[in-house]
Amino acid sequence: MAEVCSPLRIPLIAGHKNPAAVTEDVCRPMLRPPSTLWWAGFTVAFALLLLGVAAVSYQIATGVGTWGLNTTVGWAFDITNFVFWVGIGHAGTLISAILFLFRQKWRTSVNRSAEAMTLFAVMCAGIFPVIHTGRPWLAYWLFPYPNTRGPLWINFRSPLAWDCFAISTYFLISATFWYVGLIPDLATIRDRVAPGLRQRLFATFSLGWNGSYRVWRHYEVLYLLLAGLATPLVVSVHTIVSWDFATAVIPGWHATIFPPYFVAGAIFSGIAMVLTLMIVARKLMGLEDYITLRHVDVMCKLLLLTSSIVALAYGTEFFTAFYGGNAYEQFVFRNRALGPFAWAYWTMVSCNVLVPQLLWFRGVRRRLELVFFLSLLINVGMWFERFVIIVTSLHRDFLPSSWAMYRPTIVEVSTLLGSFGLFFTCFLIFCRILPVIAMGEVKAVLRHGHENGGHA
Amino acid sequence: MSQRVLIGIFDSEDAILQVTESARRRGLKIVDVFAPYAVHGLDRAMGLERSKLPWVCAALGLFGASFKVWFEYWTTASDWPINVGGKPWNSLPAFVPITFEVMVLFAGISTVLAFFGMNRLWPGRRAALLDPRVSNDRFALVLEEDNAAFDVDEIGHFLREHQAIRVEEREQEIAA
Repeated sequence: MAEVCSPLRIPLIAGHKNPAAVTEDVCRPMLRPPSTLWWAGFTVAFALLLLGVAAVSYQIATGVGTWGLNTTVGWAFDITNFVFWVGIGHAGTLISAILFLFRQKWRTSVNRSAEAMTLFAVMCAGIFPVIHTGRPWLAYWLFPYPNTRGPLWINFRSPLAWDCFAISTYFLISATFWYVGLIPDLATIRDRVAPGLRQRLFATFSLGWNGSYRVWRHYEVLYLLLAGLATPLVVSVHTIVSWDFATAVIPGWHATIFPPYFVAGAIFSGIAMVLTLMIVARKLMGLEDYITLRHVDVMCKLLLLTSSIVALAYGTEFFTAFYGGNAYEQFVFRNRALGPFAWAYWTMVSCNVLVPQLLWFRGVRRRLELVFFLSLLINVGMWFERFVIIVTSLHRDFLPSSWAMYRPTIVEVSTLLGSFGLFFTCFLIFCRILPVIAMGEVKAVLRHGHENGGHA
Repeated sequence: MSQRVLIGIFDSEDAILQVTESARRRGLKIVDVFAPYAVHGLDRAMGLERSKLPWVCAALGLFGASFKVWFEYWTTASDWPINVGGKPWNSLPAFVPITFEVMVLFAGISTVLAFFGMNRLWPGRRAALLDPRVSNDRFALVLEEDNAAFDVDEIGHFLREHQAIRVEEREQEIAA
């Protein structure tokens, strides 16, 4: 077949690959020993993880007094980190489920690693509320189970109970979706590696997959159903996270705008994290033909879109405070922009609204080092968004005599660093033992943009 | 029980689509088609009916949701009612978020389990591979030699005409 490029469809995968080349390219990094760079990254990540383990052990053994919280600021670092990590996870589901429903074929190059990122981010997120309960060994009390205390049931009217169900469901469904997507690829590797432990493991987890189309037919429907379920699920999860705040009567939290504001912010921060990881992974693992400049370009556009939604939400909050005429609400927003935490507020606005405006320029979107740097800034900005929402709404409450400041302790900062350690340790191990590109899906879009290709 | 089958191995998506379509038109019995990835339109070419998985998903999703509404009502209003901020015993609107989550959980997990069950996929099952490269870049069409009129040479020729790179005859066990 002559390789004629269609003027309408740009090929998704560069370098005129055939299916065998895809298998080869994706399996090669898995089957050779890790590079020095990988070991360097893993050492740093694992050291941070150990720091986190030490910090968590210390605070559990000592008590919640190791945190910088006080009677006025009762929620700060833990909840900021929780919302931050859950938000990161949302981009994975956006790419794997929502873009699948929208038939965005470019997603096939990044969906596997984005979903892995979702899982690890939700794991990191889950740690914080559990620590924050103060008695993490009783965390199972969050679930309704027949107990000897009556049985006394949990309060199903509480957004914190909703949150517990939302996060658990989100983790289970994301993990299932990810595993289902992996099965055909696990079979590909099973048929490729030499007999031994690795081959036996892949054989076990590929469940005897043999490529039969009678199974593929159900598989495709299953994939569609899971995508259809995950799409409203991901929206519900961050909506429920926002209700943790919005159902309280605290000025600065009690706003109807919260659910869409949080969901957009979550996807914004998540895509920034996907970009951070992808730009590094494509370089480290030699996947330049799969994760092309075009992929980066499209994700930058998604960043621009979600950044605009977030900017609109920032503006709307201020307008509502001004127009609503509530003195307490007006005070909170004035305090946010001009009070003692103004530096945090303006860091957030600069990173989330001003800096992403650079992405309007194609020249910027095509410069990977610049995009990488911007994505890091957006991650910082989105962390500060949660910090600003939580801390500035609390620290100067209705009663000026109880006003207080919040400053994280070394234990809290170490816990945050530890969560990054957990995230990157998991991600680096994932890059070593599983295919980072969904081979079965990429093979189906190889001819996109070439003659006769793209659609049957 | 065993059956005699004729297998054609192909190396392109177009070839497998065309040969499957013409084999079905010719009235040949297609045992199965093996592919390394989902090929758009191959289910139609094989003449397969639509998957029934959406029904499992809908039924179990509804079951999960109704169970959860009942459970929330029973625990909050009947088994041990607790007055929380003077809210009504039966706070139906506040039950909606968890009901939704449990619906998604039941629907998702049960659909996956149903998929594993109906296709007999389980950990440690030995994969019956037609060709070691069928999970990499090869496609295979398996035709049943169902009666005496099945002319192996003629059908072999037909497969080769459709760009089969290999044709072979095999005796294979069929699961009851």
